[in-house]
Amino acid sequence: MFSNAKLNEKIAFSLLKIAMGLVVAFVLIILYDIISNGYGVISLEFITSAPRKGMTEGGIHPAIVGTLYLITCSMIVALPLGILAAIYLTEYAHPGKTTWLTEMAISNLAGTPSVVFGLFGLAVFVKYFGFGDSILSASLTLALLILPVIIRASQEALLTVPKEYREASLALGVTKWETIRKVVIPAAIPGIVTGAVLSIGRVAGETAPILLTGAAYFYPKLPGSIYSQFTALPYHLYVLATAGTNIAKTRPIQYGTALVLLMIVLGVNLIAIYIRNHYRKKLQR
Amino acid sequence: MSNRYLKEKGIESLLFASGAVAVVALLLLCLFLFKEGALLFENYPVSDFLTDRRWLPTSTNPQFGLLPLLFGSLIVTVGSILFSVPLGIAAAIYISEIANPRVANFLKPFTELLAGIPSVVYGFFGLVIVVPMIQDTLQLPTGQTALTGSIMLGIMALPTIISISEDAISSVPRSIKEGSLALGSTKWQTIYKVTVPAALSGISAAVMLGIGRAIGETMTVMMVTGNSAIIPGFPSGLFESVRTMTATIALEMGEVPQQSDHFHALFAVGSVLFITTLILNIVASYIKRRYRFSL
Amino acid sequence: MSDDFANGTEIAVKGLNLWYGKNHALHDISINIPKNSVTAFIGPSGCGKSTFLRCLNRMNDLIPGCRIEGDVNINGEDIYSKDVDVVDLRKRVGMVFQKPNPFPMSIHDNIAYGPRIHGIKKKEIDGIVEGALKAGALWGEVSDRMGISALDLSGGQQQRLCIARTLAVKPEVILFDEPCSSLDPISTGKIEDLILKLKKDYTIVIVTHNMQQAARISDYTAFFLLGDLIEFGKTGQIFENPREKATEDYITGRFG
Ligand SMILES: Nc1ncnc2c1ncn2[C@@H]1O[C@H](COP(=O)(O)OP(=O)(O)OP(=O)(O)O)[C@@H](O)[C@H]1O
Ligand SMILES: [Mg+2]
Repeated sequence: MFSNAKLNEKIAFSLLKIAMGLVVAFVLIILYDIISNGYGVISLEFITSAPRKGMTEGGIHPAIVGTLYLITCSMIVALPLGILAAIYLTEYAHPGKTTWLTEMAISNLAGTPSVVFGLFGLAVFVKYFGFGDSILSASLTLALLILPVIIRASQEALLTVPKEYREASLALGVTKWETIRKVVIPAAIPGIVTGAVLSIGRVAGETAPILLTGAAYFYPKLPGSIYSQFTALPYHLYVLATAGTNIAKTRPIQYGTALVLLMIVLGVNLIAIYIRNHYRKKLQR
Repeated sequence: MSNRYLKEKGIESLLFASGAVAVVALLLLCLFLFKEGALLFENYPVSDFLTDRRWLPTSTNPQFGLLPLLFGSLIVTVGSILFSVPLGIAAAIYISEIANPRVANFLKPFTELLAGIPSVVYGFFGLVIVVPMIQDTLQLPTGQTALTGSIMLGIMALPTIISISEDAISSVPRSIKEGSLALGSTKWQTIYKVTVPAALSGISAAVMLGIGRAIGETMTVMMVTGNSAIIPGFPSGLFESVRTMTATIALEMGEVPQQSDHFHALFAVGSVLFITTLILNIVASYIKRRYRFSL
Repeated sequence: MSDDFANGTEIAVKGLNLWYGKNHALHDISINIPKNSVTAFIGPSGCGKSTFLRCLNRMNDLIPGCRIEGDVNINGEDIYSKDVDVVDLRKRVGMVFQKPNPFPMSIHDNIAYGPRIHGIKKKEIDGIVEGALKAGALWGEVSDRMGISALDLSGGQQQRLCIARTLAVKPEVILFDEPCSSLDPISTGKIEDLILKLKKDYTIVIVTHNMQQAARISDYTAFFLLGDLIEFGKTGQIFENPREKATEDYITGRFG
C-alpha cells in the first residue's frame, strides 16, 4: 500500500515533468526556428531600406517605422488615461455600483477579441469621425485595446503600496492628491512601467485591428503624417507569407521580418520581466 | 472653500473621467457593433442568419449563414482546449508544487514568453512548419486543417491557462496542504486530493479565459486553417479545412463595399463573437469571485 | 473631571459617539486633555483607544462606513465643523503610528517631505531637517548618512525618524499610538526620554499597553473599557487610588 502510493507519485510527477518539458520545448522550437532562419537575413540594409520589386527584395524599413508610429501614438493616448483611471479606482472610488460597473467594463474590454476592436475602430474612427484608413485610426484602436492592460497593471502596482505610507503622509497634513503624487505613485512606478512596457509589446504585435483600420497592402514608403496609410511589421509579415507574388521566394524576408518583430516584442517583455524581478528583490530586502 | 479644496476636487473629477472612459468605450463598442450588425437584418432575416447552413456572401443570391463560421470557431476552440487544458494544468502544478523555487522562478517568465509572441508569428510558424508536417504525417490533401489551428491555438492559450492556474494553486493556504501531509499522505496525493480541488475554481476561470483567448484569436487561425466555410463534422472535421468567425471578418472586410449587406453581415458576426467572449468573461469573473479563498 | 490644568486645556471632547457601520465603538466620550503635558490612554485590546485617538486628527474620515457624533474642540476650534480644513488640522495635530512607517526615501527626504509640500523655501529646508532630527534625538546617529534609505535604519531609529518627521511640520499636538510596541527595551527607553522632552513644547497623547510606561511618562491617564471612558485623572491618582473598581482590576492585572 505504502510503496504503491510512492510509485503512483513517481509516475505522476514524471508525467507532470513531461508536460512541463513539452511547454518549454514549444517555446524553444518556435524561437529556434525563427531565430535560426531569420538571423542571416537581418542586416543594417534590411532594416534601413524599403522593399523593392513588389516586396520580393529589399528591406522592411517602412514597416519598422510604421510600428514605431503605432507604439508612440497609442501610448500617448492610453498611458496617461490608463494610469489616471487606475488611480481613481484604487485611491478614490468607493465600493458601489459605479465602481463595479467600471471594473466590469475593464475586464470585459480586456477579454474582447482584437478583431472586434478592429471592427469598432473601423466603425468609429475610420468612418464616424472620418479619420479614414490612417495611423491615427489604427493607433486609437490599439490604444483602446491596451487600455485595460495598463489600468490593471497600474492598479496592481498601486495596491502593493502599503497603506501606512498613505496614512503617514496624510497625518502630516498633506492633501490626498499630494500624497498620491509624492508617495504613492513613486512607490508604484516600477509596476506601472512594467505594465506600460508589456503593452508596447502588445501594440507591436497586433495585426487584426490594424488590418481593418489603416494598414495598406503594399506600402513601400514612409507614412507622411498620422493621417496617411502605413504598413507595420506584423501586417507586413502576414502579407508576405500569405499573399505575396512569390511566397516561396520571399521566405527569407519573411523570416527576417518575423525575427525583427520577435526581437522587439520579446525584448520589451524581457525588460518588463527584469523590472518586475528587480523591484521584487528590492521589496524583500 | 479654499483653493486647495477646489484643486483636490478638480483632480478627483479628472480621475473619475479617466475611469469612466473604460465604461464609455465599452458602451460605444456595443452600440456601434450592434448598430452596424443590425442593419443586415433590414434585408436579411435574423432567422436566416442564425439557421442558414451556408456562408456565400459574394454569390448573386448571397447567403449569410452564421452556422459554418460558428462551428468553425467551435471545432478549432474545442480542439485547442482538449490539448492545452491538461497540458497547462500539469505545467502549472509542476511550477507551483514540484519544481524547486529557483527553477520555478525561471519557468514562470519563460512560459510567459509564449504569451508575448505575436499571433502573426504563430501563424507564420504554423504555416511554414506545422501545416506541411500535418499534411505529411496524416496523409491529408492539405495541411491547413482545424487540427492545425487547434494545435497552434492550444500553444497560444497555454500561458493564460498556466499563469492563472498557477496563481490559483499557489494561493491554496499552506495550512491545508500541511494538514494533509501530516496525515501521512504523499505529496502527490495531497496535490490531487486537496490542493487541486481547492484551486478548482481558479483553474476553471483559467480555462474560461483560455477559451476566450482561443475563440477570439484571428491571425493564427486565418493563416493555418484553410478558411473554407463548410460546417465541419466532429471529429472528422478536425482534418478538414474550416473558417472561423474571426478569420471571416479579417479576410473579407478589406474587400467589401461599405454599407453593403456583406459589410453589415461581418459586423453581425463580430457581434456574435463579442457576445460570446463577453459571456465567457462574465462567467470567469463570477467563478473567480464566488470561490475566492478568504485567508 | 476637573479643568484646572496648570497649562490650560488643549483638547476638549464632549459627547463623542462613533460607529463603524452598525458597531457602536465609542460611547458618549467626554474628556479634557491638558496642554503641554503627556496624557496616556490605557485599556484592554479593542476598547477603542486607537479609534478615539484617530478622532483627534480625523484619520477616521478615511474609513468607509465610519460615523461620528459629538464635539471635539482643539484650542477652542471645533474640528468637526463644516469649514474646517482637514488637511490643516492634520498639520496641527501630528500622529505617530504603532509600526514605524518611513517612506521609501532617504532620511533627509523623509523629514523634508512635509515642509516641502507645505511650501517651505528650499534654503530653509536643511535647517528644518537638522532641527527636527535633533529634536527627535536621531541627529547624532544619522547626520553623516542623510542620503541612505530610511528603510535601512533599525526599528527604533525608524520610529524616531517618524517622530522627527512629524516635528518637522511643527504641530501643536502629537498623537502616539503604541509607538514602542514593536521596539526593544533600549529603543523604548530612548523614545520615552524623547517624549518627556517634547512635552515642554507639545501636547502629547499616547496610547500604550504598557502600565509601567504609562506610569513613567504620563501626567494624566484615561482608562477605556469596551468603548467607554471609565476614569480620567492624574496618573498618580489613577494608579495609586483609582475611583472605579474596573480601573483597579485592570491596573492590578486582574483582567485584560
Ligand atoms: N477600521 C475599522 N472598521 C470597523 N471596525 C473597527 C475598525 N477599527 C476598529 N474597529 C473596531 O472598533 C473597536 C475598537 O478598536 P480600536 O482599534 O480602537 O481598539 P484599541 O483599543 O486600539 O485596541 P488595541 O489595543 O488592540 O489596539 C473594536 O471593536 C474594533 O473591532
Ligand atoms: Mg490600537
